[in-house]
Amino acid sequence: MSREKTIQVTVNRVAYEKTVSVRRSLADFIREDLHQTGTHLGCEHGVCGACTVSMNGRSIRSCLTLAVQADGAEITTIEGLREEDGTLHPIQEAFHQNFALQCGYCTPGFLITAIEFLKENPDPTERQVREALSGNLCRCTGYQAIVDAVMSAAGTEMPDRA
Amino acid sequence: MVRPSGQLSPQATPGRMASRRRQAGCKLKPPWFDYHAPESLEAALELLDNAGYDGRVLAGGQSLMPMLNMRIVNPSVLVDINRIEGLDTLEAGPDQLRVGALVRHADLLRDPAIREGWPLLAEATTQVAHPTIRNRGTVCGSVSHNDPAAEHPGILVTHGGSVVIASTKGQRKVPAEAFFDGMMSTTLDPGEMVIELRYPRPPRGAGHGFVEFARRLGDFAIAGAAVLLTVENGVCETARLTIIGMGDGPLRARAAEELMAGSALTQQNSGEIFTAAAQDVMAALDPADDVHASASYRRHLAGVMTQRALEAALARVGDQ
Repeated sequence: MSREKTIQVTVNRVAYEKTVSVRRSLADFIREDLHQTGTHLGCEHGVCGACTVSMNGRSIRSCLTLAVQADGAEITTIEGLREEDGTLHPIQEAFHQNFALQCGYCTPGFLITAIEFLKENPDPTERQVREALSGNLCRCTGYQAIVDAVMSAAGTEMPDRA
Repeated sequence: MVRPSGQLSPQATPGRMASRRRQAGCKLKPPWFDYHAPESLEAALELLDNAGYDGRVLAGGQSLMPMLNMRIVNPSVLVDINRIEGLDTLEAGPDQLRVGALVRHADLLRDPAIREGWPLLAEATTQVAHPTIRNRGTVCGSVSHNDPAAEHPGILVTHGGSVVIASTKGQRKVPAEAFFDGMMSTTLDPGEMVIELRYPRPPRGAGHGFVEFARRLGDFAIAGAAVLLTVENGVCETARLTIIGMGDGPLRARAAEELMAGSALTQQNSGEIFTAAAQDVMAALDPADDVHASASYRRHLAGVMTQRALEAALARVGDQ
């Protein structure tokens, strides 16, 4: 039966070959098969944005994508953002400097979303930032510090890691 | 994305379902299905034909996956069309725009030819969910899904567009209005799939307006209106007006269209005519109360959205 499939997928620059159930979500694959638990699951139906990862350079909801659909793809998650020597990605640095997180649950999704946005819009208005982040929910900070962080990171060069 | 609330019984919240799954030691959300990722349209149609009522097309998955995760739908065969070449056609021709089954919402927004030739479509697409959802979700998928609160069905109707449908028996083309068939329902038969949408190029100098009201940015609209308007020498030649967010799907406001077509329409008298058009729209609507809005609030909003969309369209008439 076509209920299991072997997939090849690169996650955070490491290539994996795994056999997965066809109904496994990409989020569960990343968290439970690859044990990279930085990608978080909130609503599991596409509303909260916590599970956002980058697939082939585009942000996607990993809860709304099947692992088998990622066959052949390159994925970047929060774990892949910093340099190998531990240097933070500029957007991580901006979140740190602006106190843009409290519990941190939503942060991985915000970071991946913000990186894609800033790559396409290096000089955004605050309104554009708010629109771009509207699909990510945060229940701690009230968003102001998150918007400040993204505005402060605008214009800095985005390394090609997501 | 399905509605954050409203379609599920209070007993079946995602949180409770997740906790039941954890208790059962089960980490898989959707029901079982056979998964196929064919590389040709012929193979996909063959699979859909064999599956009949039990088959579903998986394109962007932004509505289908939540429905699977919540077990609202239970197809035994999923046909993932993402690996089929040639379904991502996005072609802005002199007479029409062709949108293939794998064109994502975000693809429309990145194409300057669409902003220029089909600005109503481009404007409405900016209101479809959020950027990340727009990266995956497809226009054909939204039309096939026919959520009454979605933008794309109404925009296709406003353009007088059509839907190209394929099956193992061949292809057929259906006008948009004959395609939509009640809430989340279309005239698509088992074994068929939508392979392309066609949007005729709006007349030269047509003004467009799209306004919707949602509680938060990116939410489904409680009410919205889409307008294409042509005015020649102070007389309204053609008016197309579609209401979204209520009823069973996109609702073409024919009475209001007929009221406007042929009547004198200038900045001076537009207020009166647009108010009359909004009243026609409100009289034609019979929305139901739901958790998002009461029927009377929805009807009121539809009138306001109609007026605003008409004003926006008139202000743009003649812009090239």
